[in-house]
Amino acid sequence: MSFIVRRLVFYLVAAWVALTINFFIPRLIPGNAVESIMAKFPNSLQPSAYRAIEAMLGVGHSGSIWHQYVAYVVDIFHFNFGTSSSEYPAQVSTLLGETLPWTIILVGTATVIAFLIGTVLGIAAGWRHGGSLDRVLPGLMFLQAIPYFFFALILLELFAVKLQVFPIAQGYSQGLVPGWHWDFISSAIYHSLLPALTIVLASIAGWMLQMRNVMITTIGEDYVVAAQAKGLPNRRVIITYAARNAILPQLQGFGLAVGFVVSGALIMEIVFSYPGIGLLLVNAVTSNDYPLMQGIFLVITFAVLLANLIVDLVIVFVDPRARAREATR
Amino acid sequence: MTVAPAVSADPTAVPQEAAQPGRWRRMPTKGKVGVVLSAVFVLAAIIGPLVTPYDPSYQNPSPSASMNAPSAAHLLGTTQSGQDVMSQLLVGIRLTLELGIIVGLVATAIAVIVGVTAAFLGGWWDELLSLLTNVFLVIPALPLLIILLGYLPNKGEAPTIFVLSVLGWPWGARVIRAQTLAIRNRDFVAASRETGERTWRIIAFEIIPNEVSLIAASFVNTVLYAIGASVALAFIGVADLNSWSLGTMLYWAESQQALQLGAWWWFVPPGLVVALMGTALVLLNTGIDELGNPRLRDASSASRIAGRWLKPADPTPVLSEISQRRNGLAGFLHSFSRSSLLEGAEPGEGR
Repeated sequence: MSFIVRRLVFYLVAAWVALTINFFIPRLIPGNAVESIMAKFPNSLQPSAYRAIEAMLGVGHSGSIWHQYVAYVVDIFHFNFGTSSSEYPAQVSTLLGETLPWTIILVGTATVIAFLIGTVLGIAAGWRHGGSLDRVLPGLMFLQAIPYFFFALILLELFAVKLQVFPIAQGYSQGLVPGWHWDFISSAIYHSLLPALTIVLASIAGWMLQMRNVMITTIGEDYVVAAQAKGLPNRRVIITYAARNAILPQLQGFGLAVGFVVSGALIMEIVFSYPGIGLLLVNAVTSNDYPLMQGIFLVITFAVLLANLIVDLVIVFVDPRARAREATR
Repeated sequence: MTVAPAVSADPTAVPQEAAQPGRWRRMPTKGKVGVVLSAVFVLAAIIGPLVTPYDPSYQNPSPSASMNAPSAAHLLGTTQSGQDVMSQLLVGIRLTLELGIIVGLVATAIAVIVGVTAAFLGGWWDELLSLLTNVFLVIPALPLLIILLGYLPNKGEAPTIFVLSVLGWPWGARVIRAQTLAIRNRDFVAASRETGERTWRIIAFEIIPNEVSLIAASFVNTVLYAIGASVALAFIGVADLNSWSLGTMLYWAESQQALQLGAWWWFVPPGLVVALMGTALVLLNTGIDELGNPRLRDASSASRIAGRWLKPADPTPVLSEISQRRNGLAGFLHSFSRSSLLEGAEPGEGR
């Protein structure tokens, strides 16, 4: 089995596990979504309305567990995640479609930028081990340990409230109609700068530390020493000999860390009232909107799995060994 | 991990020390800072709640007590409802650290069990447990935590600890499995197997002791994860909001608009403490890492060897020293940092 097929199978299994967990959670702890609606209207809703609300939200459990499961999987494949109870009668999939682009563009771009800058800094720090970049390491560790949302609060206070260089909240200026015209796009970019800066500053240290450590280990390898002994220019030794090899574990680390970064970024969206999926998630949590929460969980999981798959493709592209195995098998 | 107390600086004792330097001595500076900072927080967690100047929940009804800037009476000022921020912080450190440590213990125990079992049983068990580990490693934990806690009827400390532990073990399990696989075939394990030792005895007395530093690192990482996740969860309101943790402090500060009202003394201290705790744990972990992998240390001779100052003229003596050192934990760390997902992709790894 080739590397990519093996990874693909793995992600399918992971997606299936997430689906199945998502299916069983409400069934092991049942009744909450309906009860939260019942509790909202204690006077107007009779206990007999219970079944009706269940049917309305699509959470009524009829038939054997196996039938429910099949129906559930079929629904998911049709992007039918049920009906939101807090924004009834909006479909969960509609809400997801409205918010997902915001988050993917913001978090995706910022994460890739942070990864690239962090990796380059890590290469420099690893190469000049013990040099000036190493001296700022404790500071970077501190930066990395700050929760994203707290960092966002501080930046917001500094740049939006005190200095007023950036807008305080929202994804675009009020009064603009979203669409493909410059007014809207420039406003959206302007509003996303501070959240993007938060993600970059908060996550850059992690990538840098990781790359630095792998780089230090790689530099000790015989082939790097040999390349230096041959008298190759430093630039070439750093880039084609050391960094090229050190980047592989770094990429694998990216795959594993992306879920963590996304989670942090989601919470951060609240601070900026950014119209992304994180804000939607928090609104769903505060209003006990279970179908929405579950839909968001699935979508985030699939997005993270997809990001991992892309990273694997990049690994095959960068790593000649993986490519060679692709060709021979 | 244990830290030996600093040895006395008596000059007559120097030769003896040089022969057998204490662990504290060998600890890199970053690690020392990490130990000291962590100790400060643990101390604050133990003593803090006993010395709080006020009841953290007491709401002072008088309007003059609301939103006071830091003063002698209220070292960190007061909240909008006149609660003392310092008292909340001291109680909050206790609750957050307590939660982190319990989750760390439980999740690390699960990680050791899963990792050692997978590596020891091998075959299908290993495939299955590794698959499970990798799947839970790749599924983003926070949204799952949110739905799990969202569905649970009460959101207090116990359910949070339970859910965080259930999702906190995969990282450790993966590292411990890899280490166990590496030690399993070493001679001393083979020897004890030949002498007829039972499997559990081999695991408890041959394998585990060789993984102590790895388990410690895994524990520290899990505590870090638990603190981060619990603070984030509390910040969005998925927690017992009547108790005082660093996360709930931030939740109340945010929801009562501390930022907009300019009450920096209200929301900065809890966030700063979370960040400092995180830094302490990361430093601690770096210390553990560097203890095992001399190459990562700075200011020692190793940096010169690994760095660009290496002179090709006479590299042999020092390099051979490194490759010797790489046999133990360092060798493992080396292999871990370079392999993982691409199983069997490291042709030079088995030397």
